[in-house]
Amino acid sequence: MVEARQLPRRANPRLWLAGGWLLAVLMAAIFAPLVAPHDPLAQDLMLERLPPFWVTGAEPGYWLGTDSLGRDLLSRLIYGGRIAFAVAFAAAIAACLTGSALGLVAGYFGGWADRIVSRIVDIWMAFPPVLFAILLVAVLGTGLSSVIIAIAVIDWTRFCRVVRAEAMSQARMDYVENARIAGFSRIDVMLREVLPNVLPTIVALLSLEMGIAVIVEAILSFVNLSISTDDPTWGGMIAEGRLSIHQAWWVLVFPLIMLILTVLSFSQFGEGLKSRFDPVLR
Amino acid sequence: MSTPCLEIESLSATLANGVRVLRSVSLTVEPGEVRALVGESGAGKSMIGKAVLGVLPPSIRVVEGRITLEGTDLGNLSPRASRALIGARTALIPQDPLTALNPSRRIGPQMTDRLVRILGWDSAKADRRIRKLLDDVRIREPDRVLRCYPHELSGGMRQRVLIAAAFAAEPRLIVADEPTTALDVTVQKQILRLIAELQREHGTAILFVTHDLGVVAKISQKVTVLYAGKVVEQADTAALFAAPQHAYTRALMAATPRYTDPMASLRPVDEAVLAGLSAEIATADRNWKPNTKGSGHD
Repeated sequence: MVEARQLPRRANPRLWLAGGWLLAVLMAAIFAPLVAPHDPLAQDLMLERLPPFWVTGAEPGYWLGTDSLGRDLLSRLIYGGRIAFAVAFAAAIAACLTGSALGLVAGYFGGWADRIVSRIVDIWMAFPPVLFAILLVAVLGTGLSSVIIAIAVIDWTRFCRVVRAEAMSQARMDYVENARIAGFSRIDVMLREVLPNVLPTIVALLSLEMGIAVIVEAILSFVNLSISTDDPTWGGMIAEGRLSIHQAWWVLVFPLIMLILTVLSFSQFGEGLKSRFDPVLR
Repeated sequence: MSTPCLEIESLSATLANGVRVLRSVSLTVEPGEVRALVGESGAGKSMIGKAVLGVLPPSIRVVEGRITLEGTDLGNLSPRASRALIGARTALIPQDPLTALNPSRRIGPQMTDRLVRILGWDSAKADRRIRKLLDDVRIREPDRVLRCYPHELSGGMRQRVLIAAAFAAEPRLIVADEPTTALDVTVQKQILRLIAELQREHGTAILFVTHDLGVVAKISQKVTVLYAGKVVEQADTAALFAAPQHAYTRALMAATPRYTDPMASLRPVDEAVLAGLSAEIATADRNWKPNTKGSGHD
């Protein structure tokens, strides 16, 4: 009797690096009042445009320097992470639930369900997404919840399309037919046989979507359509930093780095999770 | 004679464009009997199996005929009731063991699921049952295998698992859809022997779909020969091999390679025979009209 040998599980540095970064930012955001060295809103014109710590002229205690109103950059980045993560989780999960549910039903049941869902997705995709988001927020009014709703409303199609295609190919597999023969209902087969095989893809997409949500939130903050201008957001900081790029590059560069690292981490984390979840790839 | 386990009467099916794929097929499987369903690829053998199990693809419509499972006409039942009956009385041994198990679930729950959730057994009883069956199919380390994901087992092991799962619920009828085709030759023999052994032990009727006449001779008591969705000949296996009545059956046998002179016997089915059969079928199709609504469950 020949059996496939179980391979030892490989360590996945991509998963751990990305996950580590996300965890660090998340923790800092949750415990912002304890972690942040200063009040992110406190202005001090005596301390305006202080450079980061390794440049001459830096003030001790202001590690990443200050912006043109003398607010501590590090503290603002940490508090900005709160909004970035709140939007990332809420919007991505909302988009994921709607999109995956519709995609699963369309892909597994086919027929009318599929035709209706596919047409809606086609129509949805015809709108330019960022414009659509700006329009939605303009209608809903600014604020955290409108940003979340706007992203979810726009991006559910991403889940829907991928999950539908995946569910469709799984539905043709013999094990699905086998479960039907055994007497399981269609809903049962969909949830117990098809869904577990689509789940790794959903998880990867969910993480990717969180990254996208962070970007969209930054774009909306950049055009001043996110939440109130008082609360620090990475997009808002980038917009402010753009104005003083020649006097104080760090005001622009640090939020950009945060944004890039976080978005990159989300997508890498998703890929890593997918291979970890998938028993065949594992 | 007692009620047949499975009775198919004059079953016809067409594709959406009206092309016939099954042509008034009638066959009977008595309790405890193995009936081989043999024919070339595309003859509709698997289609009959799928029709019995109620999993015909949506593109195929049953236009006439009846399928009776242990005396119950499936056409008279609601879709839900026929699903329940099929689930309780039948099982499938599939062709391709690689895709017939869910890749993301462990073997154990996959095997017990049906016993517990469809037949209502308690899980301890289902577990004992599965282990007994795994032992019957010569799986030596049930603990390990039950914890495995399908991809961790070889094709032959997976087919053993599927055979054990098929017999576990004590079905009255098993449809074996070319269960050895996807396996390599040495494993084929073991698997065939296992199926025959379990069949005798449990007294299960089997509709054994195959294209391999050698397999037919080994495992079945009765044979139905199919060509282009039409029954060409039905007979006791021994009688068929001793004296095939139909020209197509003889041609099919002549086309089977033999050990003694493999190259000489390696030839396709005689063209003249096929031409005659096709003409006969074409005439029959022109005169054919479906007479009843038929038992198109699902």
